[in-house]
Amino acid sequence: MNIIINGTTYEVEKNTTILQACKNAGIDIPTLCHDERLKPTSACRLCLVEVEGTKNLVTSCSTMVKENMVVHTHNEKVMKTRRDVLNLAISNHPLECLSCDKSGDCKLQDYCYEYGILNGTYKGAMRTPKIDSSNPFYDYDARKCILCGLCVRVCDELQCSNAIGFEDRGFEANVSTPFNEGLINSKCVSCGNCVSVCPVGALTPKGQKFRHWETSKVRTTCSYCGVGCQMDLVVKGKKIVDVEPAMDAINNGLLCVKGKFAYKFINHPDRLKTPLIKRNGKFEEATWDEAYRYITKKATEIKENYGPNSFAGLTSARCTNEENYLFQKLFRAVIGTNNIDHCARL
Amino acid sequence: MITIEKLEQIKNYHRPFLEERLKESANTTIKDGNIALNDLYYNKQTRIALKNCGIINPGNIEDYIAVDGYSALANILMNKSKAEVIEDMKASNLRGRGGAGFPTGKKWEEAFKYNADQKYMICNADEGDPGAFMDRSILENDPHSVLEGMAIGGYAVGADQGFIYVRAEYPTAVKRLKIAIEQAKELGVLGNNIFGTGFNFDIKLKLGSGAFVCGEGTALIESIEGKRGMPRTKIYRTAHKGLWQKPTIINNVETYANVPVIFQKGVEWFKSIGTEKSPGTKVFSLVGKVENAGLVEVPMGMPLREIVYDIGGGIQNGKKFKAVQTGGPSGGCIPEHLIDTPVDFESLGKIGSIMGSGGMVVMDEDTCMVDIARFFLEFTVDESCGKCIPCREGTKRMLEILERIVEGKGEEQDIETLETLSETITTASLCGLGQTAANPVVTTLKYFRDEYEAHIKDHKCPAGSCKSLIEYFITEKCIGCGMCAKACPVQCISGKPKELHIINKLACIKCGACMEACPKKVQAVIKR
Repeated sequence: MNIIINGTTYEVEKNTTILQACKNAGIDIPTLCHDERLKPTSACRLCLVEVEGTKNLVTSCSTMVKENMVVHTHNEKVMKTRRDVLNLAISNHPLECLSCDKSGDCKLQDYCYEYGILNGTYKGAMRTPKIDSSNPFYDYDARKCILCGLCVRVCDELQCSNAIGFEDRGFEANVSTPFNEGLINSKCVSCGNCVSVCPVGALTPKGQKFRHWETSKVRTTCSYCGVGCQMDLVVKGKKIVDVEPAMDAINNGLLCVKGKFAYKFINHPDRLKTPLIKRNGKFEEATWDEAYRYITKKATEIKENYGPNSFAGLTSARCTNEENYLFQKLFRAVIGTNNIDHCARL
Repeated sequence: MITIEKLEQIKNYHRPFLEERLKESANTTIKDGNIALNDLYYNKQTRIALKNCGIINPGNIEDYIAVDGYSALANILMNKSKAEVIEDMKASNLRGRGGAGFPTGKKWEEAFKYNADQKYMICNADEGDPGAFMDRSILENDPHSVLEGMAIGGYAVGADQGFIYVRAEYPTAVKRLKIAIEQAKELGVLGNNIFGTGFNFDIKLKLGSGAFVCGEGTALIESIEGKRGMPRTKIYRTAHKGLWQKPTIINNVETYANVPVIFQKGVEWFKSIGTEKSPGTKVFSLVGKVENAGLVEVPMGMPLREIVYDIGGGIQNGKKFKAVQTGGPSGGCIPEHLIDTPVDFESLGKIGSIMGSGGMVVMDEDTCMVDIARFFLEFTVDESCGKCIPCREGTKRMLEILERIVEGKGEEQDIETLETLSETITTASLCGLGQTAANPVVTTLKYFRDEYEAHIKDHKCPAGSCKSLIEYFITEKCIGCGMCAKACPVQCISGKPKELHIINKLACIKCGACMEACPKKVQAVIKR
C-alpha cells in the first residue's frame, strides 16, 4: 500500500508501524522506549507524528499504516511537542553528564542535543534519590531513570525473569523489585539485559571507568557455551571494558550473566597464557609442543600398562560442537574407550 | 430452569406486595402502573437509570422482577437475533455514560462482527471522580438492572462471561452485587441455558484497589488480568483485542442500567427523551455550593441553569453563582455567561468542558478559580500512573506552578508556561487521563484569566479564598467585646475591653474564626 510521509509517497507493506515505515524510508524518528523485540508501550511519547485526520498526535511505534495515510514526522506541531516532552524529561534528570558513565552513549543526551534543549526549563521537585547497588554486576540509579520501561519489559518479555517492575504512581513511580527488597533479593539472574537496553545512565555495569568515545568495538562469539551468542567487546586501548550483545545475531541482543559480565578474566594476572608442566613438584611454563609431547608420552604409557578403559574424558560446555566432536573422536578412535562425558549432563 | 411464564408469575405474585409496601411508606406515588418518588426534587427529573433507586429492595430479586425486571432479557432471548439487538441499540443511539459518549450499539457491533472463540463483557464500576456517586447509587440500589444490561450485551456480542470491575471503596455496592449475582444465578437468569435458549452468561466481580486510572478501559483490563493498572497503547480496539486479547466490551454502570429499559419501552420512546444527538437522560452528581445537593437524572439537553436553579434550588446562603465544573478532574469550569448551555456531549465539548461521568460541582463567588484548578491538578498528579512523560512530569510541573500562584509567588511568564504545558499534555499523553488533565486549567484560564492575573500581578485573590493572599483586619467598628480574641485558636488578637482590638498578622493562621465570632451587628472583622 502507499502512504505519504512528509509529502513523499512510499510503498509500504501491510501491518507495519509508521515508525518502521519511516525507518525503511530513512526518516529518523526519536524513541526512548521502543525496542523492536518488545510489544510497543508508547511511554516516552517522542515518536509522536501527525497523521492527517486525527485529533491528537499519534505514536508512530504503535500505529499501523493505512492506505493513503498522510504522515508528518517533523512539522512544527510535532517538533514543538517533542521539544516540550524532552524538556519535561530532562527537567527531572540530573545534569551530571560530565561524570555520568553513559555520556556519549545516552539517547536522552543525544536527543537534547539534536532538538536544542539546553537544560530543563521546568524547575521544581526532582525524582526521589534511590540507588540499588546490591547486585554484584550492575547498579540502578533511580534519579537518572526516565521510566521508559525497557528494563522491565526485557526482564518480563524476553528474559522471563520478572524480577523488576514499577512501583508507586505518577511522579513517584520508579523501577523496583518486589517489596523494594533490592535486586540481590529478587529473582534477578543478573543477565544484564536490562543494562544493555537502558537508554540513559540509570542502569550501569559496575566496573571500569571509560568514555564511550575512547573505545572501539570488536565483534566476537561468546566462548562460554555452545550457543554462539554474538557480542561486541568494548575495548579501550588493549583492555576490554564492557560487553554489548549483538542485535543482528542469533542471540537477538540478549546475553546471559557470563557473556555480559564475566569478561574480567581476560585481563586478569592469574590467567594462564601458556601450558604448565609440573617439574620437581613445581609448575613451570612450557610451550604447546612440549605439552603435547608430554601428554602423548604419558597417555601411551598408561594405555599400554592399564588398558584404554583406564581413561575417562570430560569435556566442557565452553567448547564448540566441533571441538566436542573431535574430543570424543580422540577418546573413542585414538585411545579406544567410550568413557566420555560432558559437563552439561552433570 | 426459569421460563418466561415463571417470570411473569413471580411478577404478578410479587407486585401487589411491593405496591402495598410503597403505599405504607408514603414516599411514592403509583400512577398508571408507574412508580415514582414524591418530592419536588424528583418531579423535575426524568428517571431511567435511577428509576428503581429508592423504590425496590436491592437485596430482593423479586422486587426487581415486580417492576418488569429481566423481562427485556427474556423477550430478547426468545424473540430477537443478535443482529437485531445490535440494530436496536444502534437505532436508540445510546451513548456511553462513562464520559466519552461513544455509541454503545456501534461498540457492540465491533465485537459482534469480530470472530473469536471467547468474548467478554466488562462493567466499568470504578467510579473515581471526586464527589461523584452516580454509579454507586445504581449498584447499591438497583444492581439487577446492571446485571440484566450486561446479559443483554453478552447475548448480542456473543460473550458468555462478564466482569464487574468495582472499586473496593464501595463495600455496600460489592455486598449487594454479590447478593444480586447469587440470586440471579439461583433463579436462572444468569448461568447456563438462560430461559432455555442455550444462552450462557456468568458474571464475576473484580475489586479495584483504589487507582483512579483503572477507570480507563485498558488499564482496567490490565488490572483484571492481574497486572499493574497502567493504560495500554491502543494498537487494537478493545472490542477486537481486549481482556486476554479477546474481544471485550467495556461499558459504564449507567449505560448498562439504561439497556433493559430501552428494550422494555422501545427505541422510539428512548429517542423521544433528550436531544437528537444525545438521546436519553444523564445522571449528575450535583454537589458544591448548591442548596439541594444530590443525584439528579435529567433529559440530555437541559440547560445548566435549570439543573442548578430549578432542581438544585440555587446557590447556598444567597451567594452569587460563579461557575459550575462538569466532568470531574477531566472536565472544565463553565462561567456564568454560559449557564444556559444545554447539557449534552456536543454542547459541553464546544465550550471546553466535557460531560464526563456526571460530576457537577457548583461554585459561588467565594471560590477561587485558580485554587479550583490547583485542586483538580493535585488529584490528577496523585492519580497519574506514571507511564508516559507528558502526564507524569507535565501535570506535576503544572501543579507546582499553580501552587506558586495561589501562594502569591506567581511569575509573569507562568500563564504562558501553563498554556504550553496544557497543549503538550493534551496532545502528547497516552490515555484519557492525561489528555484531559489540563482541562480545568485550560477552561479557568479561558474564562477566569483575570483571577490568575490578579494573583500574579497584584498578589490578590479576588475570591478572598487563597490564604497566603488574604489578611484579616479589625476595623474601627470594633466595640472591644473581645469575642474575636476568645475565638482565636492561636491567641494572636490583643486589645483592652471596649477598645479597638488588633490582629498580630505574623502569628495569624487565617482561620477566619475571629470573623465568625465578631457579633453580626458589628462586623468589625474583615477579610482583605
